[in-house]
Amino acid sequence: MIRLQPRAEPSKLMGYIAPLIALVITLLSGMVLFALLGVPVGAAFYAFFIEPVSSLYGLSELGVKAAPLIMIAVALSIGYRANVWNIGAEGQLILGGICGGAVALYFYEVDAWYVLPLMMLAGVIGGMLWAAIPALLRTQFNANEILTSLMLTYIAGLLLSLLVHGPLRDPDGFNFPESRLLHDAATLPIIMQGTRLHIGALTALFIVVIGWVLLSRTMLGFALKVNGQAPNAGRYAGFTQNRLIWFSLLFCGACAGLAGLNEVAGPIGQLLPSISPGYGFTAIIVAFLGRLHPVGVVFAGLVMALSYLGGESAQISLNLPVAVTGVFQGMLLFFLLAADVLINYRVVWGRARTARRPSSEHGASL
Amino acid sequence: MSIDSSMLVMIGLTIISAATPLVFAAIGELVVEKSGVLNLGVEGMMLAGAVSGFAVAHLTGSALLGVLTGVGAGMLLALIFAFLTLSLRASQVATGLALTIFGIGLSALLGQPLIGIAYEGIPNYSVPYLADIPVLGQLLFQNDLLVYGSFALVLAVSLFLKYTQAGLIVRAVGDSPDAAHALGYPVLRVRYLATLFGGACAGLAGCYLSMAYAPMWAESMSAGRGWIALALVVFATWRPGRLLFGAYFFGGITILQLHAQAFGIIVPSQLMSMLPYIATIAVLVLISSTGSSLRRNAPASIGQAFHPTK
Repeated sequence: MIRLQPRAEPSKLMGYIAPLIALVITLLSGMVLFALLGVPVGAAFYAFFIEPVSSLYGLSELGVKAAPLIMIAVALSIGYRANVWNIGAEGQLILGGICGGAVALYFYEVDAWYVLPLMMLAGVIGGMLWAAIPALLRTQFNANEILTSLMLTYIAGLLLSLLVHGPLRDPDGFNFPESRLLHDAATLPIIMQGTRLHIGALTALFIVVIGWVLLSRTMLGFALKVNGQAPNAGRYAGFTQNRLIWFSLLFCGACAGLAGLNEVAGPIGQLLPSISPGYGFTAIIVAFLGRLHPVGVVFAGLVMALSYLGGESAQISLNLPVAVTGVFQGMLLFFLLAADVLINYRVVWGRARTARRPSSEHGASL
Repeated sequence: MSIDSSMLVMIGLTIISAATPLVFAAIGELVVEKSGVLNLGVEGMMLAGAVSGFAVAHLTGSALLGVLTGVGAGMLLALIFAFLTLSLRASQVATGLALTIFGIGLSALLGQPLIGIAYEGIPNYSVPYLADIPVLGQLLFQNDLLVYGSFALVLAVSLFLKYTQAGLIVRAVGDSPDAAHALGYPVLRVRYLATLFGGACAGLAGCYLSMAYAPMWAESMSAGRGWIALALVVFATWRPGRLLFGAYFFGGITILQLHAQAFGIIVPSQLMSMLPYIATIAVLVLISSTGSSLRRNAPASIGQAFHPTK
């Protein structure tokens, strides 16, 4: 019989190994799933994981998809460490896209250097404002930020739909629900000729550095971590919880808003009824897979970006629904959460020795 | 434009069919949350129920087998959630989101061959004599069995939570797992059962969508109803009666926005669609403020993992 026995202290090693275990099991399960569905396993594996990154263009696309995931996940990691459960990054991303896009449309045909910085600023502010709502409701009324930020995501999606069907619709667009195409001055510079890789990728790396410095080199980062691990200790130490909630949410709103603006001013180039394939939700998986650490998030972001590309590639070559991406993302998070049990518990073979050592009751029976 | 009774009946029936899946999904989640567990995977479980119920009903020609399969599929996904969060103590928020992402993907993958297939739908059942009452009879007593079932289920859950010992134990486990554990109640087993019940209800909600409401299979056909169901539980402040009211209120809003234009009311449909979410946030703020009497029914330990040794 398999039992779980608590470790004296969390295993650091397992913290690093668990994501790898989860990845391997996800790959194996994916192959079993494909085999069961009658999809040729070898071809599916190739289409999903090899083909997308077998060309320079594919690699650049990996960067295009990974950038928003990494930006948001770094910010989410900081909040999650402080026990601030913002799961509405998708909504904050959308608001960033709306505000940045609206500025671009306001300055339509203005060919000036200041358009793009203004758009970025608007995107950041839009995301922050949307994140400020759950922060305000949590600090003033004690309303659970999980539920409020989630509800706000749906409101944001509807708001975007409303705007592209109405005020921001292309006046010459035959009533299609989309805005004008953004002008050259309002689109992000490409950093690699012939690809869609834009300076958003550099922004993402910049945010990784900020996140790392913040968490490991500043008093604020320390306060965030203490608050998450031992709220009472944090309170005795004089860290104001409300300030940490505000900071976590606003920082995430800023990053997600910028990511949204990057999508609108980058690969998409206009406002559409949908501007993100769920980056804000996938970033939650990225944050966990990356161990809530900025450097880990970079690797996790690349893995998750590959799952998007793999889904698209499998759709083209194997005619699988693009939603198969979700199957892999969901499985990966399941296995990761399951593997994480190894950080705090040891797997023991044999019967529970409850009679002699009552402490072994701590283990959850499998 | 004049409104006659047949039009009213038509609108009433569409409201019923819009509200019924919400009732099923939300009443299940209500029990889950009452036991102290927050399962954000409702949308995924609904889709699993929708696709598998439709597939089996289509293959076997039996609506009953389809519904049973859909319920089973919802429970299977709920079991994954329960195992991860209860046995392995994983984060409920993360696991629930994974369940939704997984369920959307898996149902799309499995349902691909089912797209475009027609299904006659679950037959309606007219209650003898009552169905002959003009307007009311047409509205209330000529529906499919699942609609009647949704009312019976809400009543049953309400009575169960309020008047039975088992219901009291569920509430105790949700309010204070430590005290319940100290009294000798099996906290984890209760939460397992509640989570499975939630999965069964979500599966049933999915079946209603693919076998009665539409009836067909389409990718992501639940279209956010799982999230509305989650909102609904909070909106109803964890009370089955209010939940029933809320489901018809939310369902009514979605239907009215379809008809609003016909009545010459020019409100963008997106604004109407926002209402359930805005209302839920407002209710959440009201019940969260300390000292609010609405707070009495909120399960105190919701979302927290239970460690039997603490």
